[in-house]
Amino acid sequence: MTLIARPTNREEDWRYSDAAFLSTAPIETFDDWRSVTVKPGAVLRETVQAGDAAPSAVTRCRVHVGAGGRYEHFATIVSGPYRRIELEVTLDEGAHFEFGGVTLGGESNVQEFVTRVIHAQPGATSNQVVRAVQWGQSTGNFLGRIEVVRDAQKTDAAQNFRAILLEKGASANTKPELEIFADDVKCAHGAAIGALDQTAAFYMAARGLPPEKARALLVRAFIADAFAAIDDETQRETMLEDALAHLDESAL
Amino acid sequence: MLIIDSLHAEIDGKKILNGLSLTVNAGEVHAIMGPNGAGKSTLAYVLGGRPGYEVTGGSVTFAGQDLLAMEPHERAAVGLFLGFQYPVEIPGVSNVQFLREALNAQRIQRGEEPLTGGEFLKLAKEKAALLRMDMEMLKRQVNVGFSGGEKKRAEMVQMGILNPSLAILDETDSGLDIDALRVVGEGINAIMRAPDKAVVLITHYQRLLDYVKPDQVHILAKGRIVKSGGPELALELEREGYDEVMA
Ligand SMILES: Nc1ncnc2c1ncn2[C@@H]1O[C@H](COP(=O)(O)OP(=O)(O)O)[C@@H](O)[C@H]1O
Ligand SMILES: [Mg+2]
Repeated sequence: MTLIARPTNREEDWRYSDAAFLSTAPIETFDDWRSVTVKPGAVLRETVQAGDAAPSAVTRCRVHVGAGGRYEHFATIVSGPYRRIELEVTLDEGAHFEFGGVTLGGESNVQEFVTRVIHAQPGATSNQVVRAVQWGQSTGNFLGRIEVVRDAQKTDAAQNFRAILLEKGASANTKPELEIFADDVKCAHGAAIGALDQTAAFYMAARGLPPEKARALLVRAFIADAFAAIDDETQRETMLEDALAHLDESAL
Repeated sequence: MLIIDSLHAEIDGKKILNGLSLTVNAGEVHAIMGPNGAGKSTLAYVLGGRPGYEVTGGSVTFAGQDLLAMEPHERAAVGLFLGFQYPVEIPGVSNVQFLREALNAQRIQRGEEPLTGGEFLKLAKEKAALLRMDMEMLKRQVNVGFSGGEKKRAEMVQMGILNPSLAILDETDSGLDIDALRVVGEGINAIMRAPDKAVVLITHYQRLLDYVKPDQVHILAKGRIVKSGGPELALELEREGYDEVMA
């Protein structure tokens, strides 16, 4: 039995989490780690679809990717009141981590992805794309931490977060954290939070699309970025449609 | 077909249209010309129902119905088409997907059967050919990476596919080279020249009117129609300029 401490909003990794949940959830909730190993040169893709929406509120996963291996994780968070998917990925030489995440929700839901990517050896690459679509009083978060150890030269790490807030009360947060101890390193980070493109929405209406159809098309195009790296078209479409079905049911 | 009566409109409390009246009958082409900032695009947007453009007086009747009481997408379904001065880019949405959904949304609203994928593609091919546009262009994202001229031609392909009864075309001729201008002019004629259709061409130049012959020409200034005449009015404007003609 290890004794773990209950997380609070004072901690960096939990700063945007649902405070009520943190103080009331059973303590085991926070120590539910899953382990994944990707052998050198192997490829593993994992998807968490809206349909099987996170069986527990907090899922944490520790991944080790061997030299030249590739780990892909694509996930959609559509439920609440608090949902967190956390990934800690350690990359050996020349390994790659590909991550695509979508949060989509309303009410007072707090939905977040938290990643910690450790470039432990030279030449490893990572690419993370997160899209948030929020309405009501909901919040979508992406906390991405990148650690590049000494001597992990030729690291290439990219993170991109964009959020669309469909209503005034919704919010989104992102906070990239870089800890870099090598000098030949590329780290790219982009973030943007905005409303649905009203000019495009009017253009679409002027062609006959009712507001909900226009919105669905725009949201689809927006979240598609997160799944663009899925090379299997059927799988990519399933992920998209699953997420969008939730928008149809819930948004506005 | 279209009766605009003493229309007043403002943006952010700023008066832009000040009692504009205009009647367009089926089978006619009207040209609206006027200096920059006169309110030409505002008129187009007000007719289209763009949010933020507030009508403060007057009325607009289209095909016997109160146009201003309808939502923008409903106006499209009853046959209004707005050709944008600056066509909008929609990243991640292809022309084919966009137009098929738009056409079928209109058809459903009118109580017609939606087109199947095959039927739609056949129609799209036919209209793209009319505007000398490659089908490959239609598979690309809406207006993304299109040149100014390509955007205007794409607008006309959209018009061909949606087949409206009234087209308000806002400076569709700007940004076109002389060959594209002819293609667009002929496209407008092919799509819209019919006894039960009408066109309002908003333009700065006579040159489009060489291809699409107007029945009436109006000068819009300071938010109202200040002068109307036949095709000769456009020629006069070209020769003498607004100041002279409006004086
Ligand atoms: N979004 C806006 N907010 C405030 N003023 C605007 C806006 N759009 C247009 N205007 C003003 O309305 C007037 C008419 O503009 P517009 O209809 O675009 O003219 P035109 O198309 O005839 O050149 C101009 O004075 C312009 O500055
Ligand atoms: Mg204009």
